[in-house]
Amino acid sequence: MGRITAITISVKIKFYIQNPKRQKRTPSSSNIQIIESSNYQITKMSKIKKTFASYDAAPENTSHIDLKAQYDLFINGKFVKPQSKQYYDTINPATEKKIASIAKGNAKDIDLAVKSAKKAFESWSKTEPKERAKYIYRIARMIQERAREFAVIETMNGGKPIRESRDIDIPLAANHFFYYAGWADKLDYAFPNRKPKPVGVVGQIIPWNFPLLMAAWKLAPALATGNTVVLKPAESTPLTALKLAEIIQESGLPDGVVQIVTGFGDAGAALVNHPLVNKIAFTGSTEVGKYIQKAVAGSNKKVTLELGGKAANIIFDDAPIDQAVEGIVNGIFFNQGHVCCAGSRLFVQENIADKVIQKLKDRMKTLIIGDPMDKNTDIGAINSKEQLLKINNYIKIGIAEGAEMYQTNCALPSQGYFCKPTLFLHTSQSHRIVQEEIFGPVLTIQTFRTIEEVIEKANNIPYGLSAGVWTDKGSKIFNLTTKLRAGVVWANTYNKFDPTSPFGGYQESGFGREGGVHGLLPYVHF
Amino acid sequence: MEILKTYKLFIGGAFPRTESGRYYKLENKQKQVIANMCLSSRKDFRNAVVAARKAVEGWSGRAAFNRGQILYRIAEILEGRKAQFVAELLLQGSTKSSAEKEVRLAIDRCVYYSGWCDKYQQLFGSVNPVATSHFNFSVPEPTGVVCVIADENTSLLGLVSAILPIIVGGNTCVVLASESKPLCSITFAEVLATSDLAAGVVNILTGNSKELHTHFASHMDVNAIIYCRENAAEIKAIAELSSMNVKRSFVWNKDWLKAENENPYLIMDVQEIKTTWHPIENIGVSGAKY
Repeated sequence: MGRITAITISVKIKFYIQNPKRQKRTPSSSNIQIIESSNYQITKMSKIKKTFASYDAAPENTSHIDLKAQYDLFINGKFVKPQSKQYYDTINPATEKKIASIAKGNAKDIDLAVKSAKKAFESWSKTEPKERAKYIYRIARMIQERAREFAVIETMNGGKPIRESRDIDIPLAANHFFYYAGWADKLDYAFPNRKPKPVGVVGQIIPWNFPLLMAAWKLAPALATGNTVVLKPAESTPLTALKLAEIIQESGLPDGVVQIVTGFGDAGAALVNHPLVNKIAFTGSTEVGKYIQKAVAGSNKKVTLELGGKAANIIFDDAPIDQAVEGIVNGIFFNQGHVCCAGSRLFVQENIADKVIQKLKDRMKTLIIGDPMDKNTDIGAINSKEQLLKINNYIKIGIAEGAEMYQTNCALPSQGYFCKPTLFLHTSQSHRIVQEEIFGPVLTIQTFRTIEEVIEKANNIPYGLSAGVWTDKGSKIFNLTTKLRAGVVWANTYNKFDPTSPFGGYQESGFGREGGVHGLLPYVHF
Repeated sequence: MEILKTYKLFIGGAFPRTESGRYYKLENKQKQVIANMCLSSRKDFRNAVVAARKAVEGWSGRAAFNRGQILYRIAEILEGRKAQFVAELLLQGSTKSSAEKEVRLAIDRCVYYSGWCDKYQQLFGSVNPVATSHFNFSVPEPTGVVCVIADENTSLLGLVSAILPIIVGGNTCVVLASESKPLCSITFAEVLATSDLAAGVVNILTGNSKELHTHFASHMDVNAIIYCRENAAEIKAIAELSSMNVKRSFVWNKDWLKAENENPYLIMDVQEIKTTWHPIENIGVSGAKY
């Protein structure tokens, strides 16, 4: 993913110049003084002594992408029509406009897909591991070659800023395939004193927040270990998974090794309950995760669950404050807060709280919310109308609970699903907005005095996916990372991901790890 | 006149009777009553979980080396009381040779797992070569409170074989002993109580799985459950109820006499992998990435 911080403003700032022909995009406010220049006519807004710093529109070119009007299911190496003959619209959440028709897979399609996977397992599991690796390497390379196209489609379909899909989602997805490809012929070294074998047919259900990346997290280790797969993308973001199906087809991967079945919850449930499926890997809400755990009870199916979170991001008074503020912003506003490991509970040591909160508010004023396809955009569109309603409902709940809300006065686009970055001050442990996962750009802030107090508060939650710690003191970091009940702890950084780095939760954030050598275990048995 | 032993429960380092006042008769092959065993209640289980939760911080916070010494101490004490365990096994219907073998294996297993206390982290942890400028490492950490429904067919070996891999890694546990062969469990509790194992790390109940298994599986402050029997209905019910708090649920229905069923993968079943990231740069310098 390179040396990329998720939310940065990297472009040259230009000053507001009166030119009605060019679209101007303005951050919510600015304290940048205007600089006179004889070459340009300066807007009369300088009357108020301050004016808006702005950015030229910098839309990503979308002309080079190849999208069909209609997408079918990818089963047994071919694109086939759904048994139901039904299709649904997938939209661009930034414009609310339809992009393509997507096949609505149902239980019958899942049955066909699972049977294809079962059949393909016979030969794929016996394929020489070195040869297996080559197919996976090839997929990685083909994603890299078409990275920009994938980035554009990811942003169109999911609403995330193009800068994130371009610099994070797509490169990481390719890297995951590349990393796990190399494991295929080295598995005996991963498990001391054991001979790992593939588990069989794997059912994988992935969420809408990182559509291609989650597909890569699921597919790469499953294929490297010799399993065959039926993958169900999230209903709102199927496009990059279907483009991946095209790559898989072109890569020459044997028919039936991977099937991609689009559809809704009923298709997911059919996959979970199918008797020929040997393992379920799920990323999504804790609610659905619990349903899956219950559904497979007594069936001998292996399960891994990567579920919700409500991460504590803890700022001590000896932290590098400016970097910590960047970390707070990246922690909660990365991908519009649609991140299971988002740093959604901020804990600031009391003696620096005023300073940190002021700097945070100032920083929020510079965030650009709007067209996800614009390369300057920091916060794109909320993934769906349903999710926007959910977030807005939580904002109402927070206000009703008596917390103090802060939003910048930025303008939101008139079309599409957008949400202002939001802070809640004076929150307490018992508030619903503190306890429940909102999955949006909403941050709750609490203060603390002692390290014991903040550990207690941070851990006092059913989730345990991730946490952040900001302090310049090494011993404090190790004390904290040892005591925080979370699968990933970012110290003096936040929201970093890598194929070699295991990711997954404690407690109600699920079990099993994805990434690294630990990510192989869910896909083998001894 | 022989003094008969009263078999009680083991909760939080103490030996209380069941709060319910209930008991069941344990008989030998000749249908003679050997002992009145406590028939543990849901409330006993809940008390035991409170004790186990309280013990997690201290036990998981011990140096791994120290845990290894305490497990080795368990082997030493068990060795010294070998004859008592053999006698109890005989009383519960074992032959002399199988009783001696079972006790020998139980002692050896304590020594085996004692050695793992400060080693599994190195085998199953990792330093991860991430592409960004960060130092990144993963270590196993205890899941927390684990409850166990122990093997029904052995009195000592199954119980010991399930407890050890759990406590090696800093977890604490609540164990339901074999209902038909419960004697060694409470005597083993006496071994634990004199081995410098902190109160609450291991808690042992006697009673009936049919009555208790749903309470074990549905308790919201239990992190994992291990079932060592073969009742399919109970396995299913436990797995279903575990979903209430995403409890880790395992079936260890194993032949504990076999050497292959002592291994570090059992330790890892009740470990979580924690990954920590930190930038490799001077904080605050130009170009540093956070």
